[in-house]
Amino acid sequence: MGTHRDPRVWLVPGVLLALAIALPFVAPTYYVQFVSKALIMGILAMSLNLVVGYGGLVSLCHAAFFGIAGYVLALASPKYDPASLWWTLPLAVAASAAAAAVIGSLALRTRGIYFIMVTLAFGEMLFFLFHDSKFAGGSDGAFIYNKPSIMLGNLTLLDLEKPLTYYFVVLAVLVAVIALLTMIVRSPFGHALAAARDNERRARALGFPVFRVRLTAFVISGAIAGIAGYFAAAQFGFVAPQMLGWHLSATVLVMVLIGGQRSVAGPLAGALVLIGLEEVLKATTEHWKLAEGLIVILIVLMLPNGVRDLLKMILPASDAQSGVESSTVIARSIATKQSSSLPDASGLLRSARNDDVVGGRHG
Amino acid sequence: MDLVTLGVQLLNAIQYGMVLFLVASGLTLVFGILGVINLAHGAFYMLGAYLAYWIAAYTGSFWVAVGAGVGIAFVVGLLLENVFIRRLYGRDHLAQVLLSFGLILVIDEIRQLLFGKDVHSVLPPEGLRGAIQLTDNLSYPVYRLAICAFCLVAAAIIYFVITRTRIGMIVRAGAENREMTRTLGISFDTVNRYVFAVGIALAALGGIIVAPISTVYPGMGDSMLILSFVVVVLGGIGSIGGAAIGALLIGLTDTFGKVFFPSVSSVLIYVLMAAVLLWRPNGILGRREV
Repeated sequence: MGTHRDPRVWLVPGVLLALAIALPFVAPTYYVQFVSKALIMGILAMSLNLVVGYGGLVSLCHAAFFGIAGYVLALASPKYDPASLWWTLPLAVAASAAAAAVIGSLALRTRGIYFIMVTLAFGEMLFFLFHDSKFAGGSDGAFIYNKPSIMLGNLTLLDLEKPLTYYFVVLAVLVAVIALLTMIVRSPFGHALAAARDNERRARALGFPVFRVRLTAFVISGAIAGIAGYFAAAQFGFVAPQMLGWHLSATVLVMVLIGGQRSVAGPLAGALVLIGLEEVLKATTEHWKLAEGLIVILIVLMLPNGVRDLLKMILPASDAQSGVESSTVIARSIATKQSSSLPDASGLLRSARNDDVVGGRHG
Repeated sequence: MDLVTLGVQLLNAIQYGMVLFLVASGLTLVFGILGVINLAHGAFYMLGAYLAYWIAAYTGSFWVAVGAGVGIAFVVGLLLENVFIRRLYGRDHLAQVLLSFGLILVIDEIRQLLFGKDVHSVLPPEGLRGAIQLTDNLSYPVYRLAICAFCLVAAAIIYFVITRTRIGMIVRAGAENREMTRTLGISFDTVNRYVFAVGIALAALGGIIVAPISTVYPGMGDSMLILSFVVVVLGGIGSIGGAAIGALLIGLTDTFGKVFFPSVSSVLIYVLMAAVLLWRPNGILGRREV
């Protein structure tokens, strides 16, 4: 290995981080808030990618975990004082993680198309729960009148009300999430997760507790989605059932597709691209959803690996793979090579990810 | 609650379940034969209802709306399969989910351009507008009974085509073992196209016949999509019989849930789904390990 020791690997992230830190000092507040929003969606997309890209499980209920955390902040905020970030953030994240544990333990009993449908259905159940019931404003949503802060005695250490403070807090959370996810996917746990994605039966035969590994990844992913939801609610000062709706889940999946599923930070790039695109479309046409839908269809059909395909078209000679990506590519190629070199007559070693639901019993 | 009211609720449950079956059978056919997950299925249900409103208002005849609406949906289905869906065969589920999500955005916006976003209502066809007097103060609308009859006929036709015709044989063989069927010289190109178009047409047909008893509104596709998914999860992917069982279970659970446990009725069908997942993760009639 040793690829991640190459100092050049740190060059691009370092420059990007420096740019991100410099942004509020050169850009007007509107853009700072806009980028904050995009970064939060980036956190949500990265959390989803742990399950989709590394786990091979297409989940359509992550908006529900995102929304639950937002609602917890709204319900826990006192009417006239700011809520304390110290205990509302852990509470919100715990609520999202708990929801992910319950939904995950049921949905992970299924595979493939079933998993997509079951996560979609449970996500919508939570949507309707907040939409139809009286608490937290029903379909109208609820306001958060005072944004959370960190107080020490009477001294305000951190006040999310200020856009600049808010931006830097989100940036710090983003860096922490990237670090955490990178650690996870490089750990033995992350490799077990990827192994189960590439060949579930083989991983099981090797003794990996596939269900438990996937459930753990699902819960971690739900918890990080909760972090994103908490800060989204804090930014807008408002929560509505639409935060939990599956249209948001699908939009975040588009971000994952655009950014690429094989790297931790790819979906962040996808989020920035898609949100930037939406902003441009909204400014140019009233029917921006038509344009967005067509663009999504074109991306699916023409750029199955997202931005990286586009880069390859523009720069055919460049090899823009980071350390994480190349290591997973190697791991994957080893996995496929091994499985193709073994007899496949019983269909026992078919990759779980490529299982054709219709195919049934091949062989 | 007296027996008559109970009977009326039972009729409602069956009628609701039958419409669900009609829509979900289209979805499960497309899953079973094409192996494609189509999130835009609900959008075609919504489009069917708007077409029913528009054609019925334009021509004055509900029956013309049924024929023309289904015809339009079928042709659109053929075109969509040819232009987009065909490229999804063999792609991963993420691509299928996102392409059909893109289709939803496009269809929603086209609906906005053609019909606006107003809520509409549609009159039942002439002759089916009355109600049957059950007791002194209870009556049952004829059109709801007509829906039951209509769905039964549709189900009979689906059953006949699948079990008694050559195309049905190919469909069954394809759902059972696609590779083997292909090896035996059956080309799926045409079958896929027609199955997808029929699936879309069934979704639109559901929307059309429901239009006179519910309101026609933009979000109706989304809720139907979720319900059809639950039906397919309950019944088992690709199984028409499973879709029938799942749809009736949902109809009964939802209708009687609203009667007996109104406070938790919106969650009940999901509790049912969770229970079935614990009991049989592949659905009640699902046989295969997926």
